[in-house]
Amino acid sequence: MGLRIVVLTKHVPNIHSNRTFVDGRVARGAADGSLNELDEHPLEEAVRLLERMSDEERAGSEIVALTMGPAEASDALRRAYQLGADVGVHVLDDALAGSDYLGTAAVLAAAVRRVAQDGPVDLVLAGMAALDGLGSVVPALVAAELGWPQLTNAGALAVADGAARVERDVDGVTEVLEADLPVVVSVNDHINRPRFPNFKLIMAARTKEITTWSLAELDVDTSKVGAAGARTQVLSAEPRPERPPVELHVDNGEGGVALADFLASRGLV
Amino acid sequence: MTSTSTALVLVDSLAEPLRDADLELVTIARDLGVVAVVSFDAPAPATLDQLGAYGVARVVELAVDGEPHLTGVAAQALTHVTDGARVLLARATFAHKEVLARLALLSGAGLVIDAAQVREGDGGSVVGAKRVFAGTWDLVCEVRTPLALLTVRPNSVRPSEASDPTTPSVEKVDVPAEEASAAAGGVRLVSRTVHEIDAEAGPALAEAAYVVAGGRGTGGDFAPVRELADALGAAVGSTRDCVDEGWIEHDTQIGQTGVTISPRLYIGAGISGAPHHRGGMQASEVIVAVNSDPECPIFEICDFAVVGDLATVLPQAAAAIRERRG
Repeated sequence: MGLRIVVLTKHVPNIHSNRTFVDGRVARGAADGSLNELDEHPLEEAVRLLERMSDEERAGSEIVALTMGPAEASDALRRAYQLGADVGVHVLDDALAGSDYLGTAAVLAAAVRRVAQDGPVDLVLAGMAALDGLGSVVPALVAAELGWPQLTNAGALAVADGAARVERDVDGVTEVLEADLPVVVSVNDHINRPRFPNFKLIMAARTKEITTWSLAELDVDTSKVGAAGARTQVLSAEPRPERPPVELHVDNGEGGVALADFLASRGLV
Repeated sequence: MTSTSTALVLVDSLAEPLRDADLELVTIARDLGVVAVVSFDAPAPATLDQLGAYGVARVVELAVDGEPHLTGVAAQALTHVTDGARVLLARATFAHKEVLARLALLSGAGLVIDAAQVREGDGGSVVGAKRVFAGTWDLVCEVRTPLALLTVRPNSVRPSEASDPTTPSVEKVDVPAEEASAAAGGVRLVSRTVHEIDAEAGPALAEAAYVVAGGRGTGGDFAPVRELADALGAAVGSTRDCVDEGWIEHDTQIGQTGVTISPRLYIGAGISGAPHHRGGMQASEVIVAVNSDPECPIFEICDFAVVGDLATVLPQAAAAIRERRG
């Protein structure tokens, strides 16, 4: 029967780099951009789901990595290829710049519907958050746009007999949730340990084709997308002032007292 | 201020008196309209007294014939109270973010996730300020729709009682089973276990004003961390390493994929300061670190640092603090 899985991926500034805003938007240059680290987990989970199947079961299975963003975002898809994606789809359109969570989700859902024209999609997998905005709401919104069940922030996922079951540990609560396929699942970074890509995949990823769709090729309400469609507007984005240099105290037997004195000086004791 | 507009505050439960993190939301909401508190259970008498002291005009119980812990159900239920409201505030939990996102889709509202400040903008709009990129940038977002939905970080204001106490009216809105079931969207809640909160372990991490966190440098012994936390009335936090090693429970993990905190005081002990941890704590007001390695990266973002062995420094600090507090 196989599984067709769409993995949502995002190109974000590397968290080890100096991240900035330009005109109220996250600056995403090619140089220090990368696949959102948390998106490695849904890719790994997709590969594992297929690996657990027999060859016959696996027939017709496919992992489609989907991204939306400017030209550099294709780098995220190259990385997704290294991690085991079969197909990379890039929604690329100048009109998308400045989209809010809702606009982004509407476009991603339209792209999933477009992928489904070539064969039913069983699962949409996503990371629990993108390490730039940290909104963590896009998977839930994509589920709502598609009218599919949402199983988010999963720490464990099982797919069997046409249903998905997740276990999650969120906000001090442990839950088990279940729904029939197709579903949208977001996974956290405890679900698996992504493997290091093998040499063969790294080489193949360089030359693999990427499918590019513009907004015109998707069935989406364009009034929702881009800065014009956004329901919120960034009025300003400013770097915070640097902290004054650290007051460094080397412990010679009274470090704890020095710490308490410092806290008292700040009115914290 | 448009005095006739409603400022809604979503709280998890009205069965117990509200905690500071919820009262902070009520305090913010008072500047934005007539405050109505919404929850999925009935208010206890003591809670009503407290809400009156904080100036809440209305309390709405959404009585859902179904499972309000499911995101779709909670979002649908909230559509019953958003008509005519100007703003809805909720604490910045993962569950609330998703509920508000889906409510935004249902109601046409604009959404700001994890605001550190909320205020009225020009022309009566609602404006939320956020700290992003591990607290290194300030972003100010204006909501352009008539209804604004915001999740708000704890410790963004100090909760304060109203100058004019109220006697809140209480209403109950029934959400029928068919509606709740449709809103579940095919999701089945198989089981739900709320982790027991150990009252002796101090305040909840996400909303604590003071946090003491331990990292790999503890070697698995959190006793000095707990001792200092206890002296300060602080919550205990940890790093991903410690959780993976099984030294401490997952709920304590601070970081981009764990709990994001913004307390008045953060003390990190035996923590080197990897980017993922920093992403979860760098917005703290005052940052202190204790580490035996003078080169550790967390020292770069500290206000005060002690180079030393946490096993001796923390208990000594705890004793000195207890002495000062008498």
